[in-house]
Amino acid sequence: MKPTRVTNSIRRLRFERGEMTQAELAERVGVTRQTVIAIEQGRYSPSLEMAFQIAHVLSVPLEDVFQYPNHQGDAS
Amino acid sequence: MSFEEKSAWIMGVVATGSYGVYLAIVLGMAGTMPVAEVPYVAPLLWTIGASIAASIALHILLGIFSPKEAGKKDQRDREIYRFGEYIGQSFVVIGGVAALLLAMAAVGHFWIANVIYLTFVLSAILGSVAKIVAYRRGFQPW
Repeated sequence: MKPTRVTNSIRRLRFERGEMTQAELAERVGVTRQTVIAIEQGRYSPSLEMAFQIAHVLSVPLEDVFQYPNHQGDAS
Repeated sequence: MSFEEKSAWIMGVVATGSYGVYLAIVLGMAGTMPVAEVPYVAPLLWTIGASIAASIALHILLGIFSPKEAGKKDQRDREIYRFGEYIGQSFVVIGGVAALLLAMAAVGHFWIANVIYLTFVLSAILGSVAKIVAYRRGFQPW
């Protein structure tokens, strides 16, 4: 399966939010911990709604959580 | 491993195991008579029944040993489930077409029933493998 080009900063943002655990983020978003792990590792692209929920829980705009490079290796 | 991934493992292992038992019984009897004359109906029904019972029992055990995860299903689980079922579905169609062709060729009931059973099993196995791969290697819905 084609890997996603979407990258994310969930891991960094979790640690900036008082070392929020994957389990806590998962519970607040309403998904399983395995889904948070899969998103963090780029093994799953969440829906737009789930992406917004993650951004809300981390108290940052969506673009701070997820990035999509214009060109290969150029995140913007 | 999420509850749904464990569930996919259960379905794949149970389908493989029950069909293996069925094959062992039927091929065992085939040593003494032509294979198409083997009384396959009882082993077929029993192994299907046993696989359903085993699947239910294993899911109950899974729920007992990991009660926090039991029945928890999120968007990713639902998408992977649909993806797996969609992949597995191809074998149901192949089985239907194969059975149709065998019936039109007036081939014995034994072969028609067995080709349908085999493709049901392959459908379950392929569907489970697709789900497990999606859980392990990654799943991008678009």
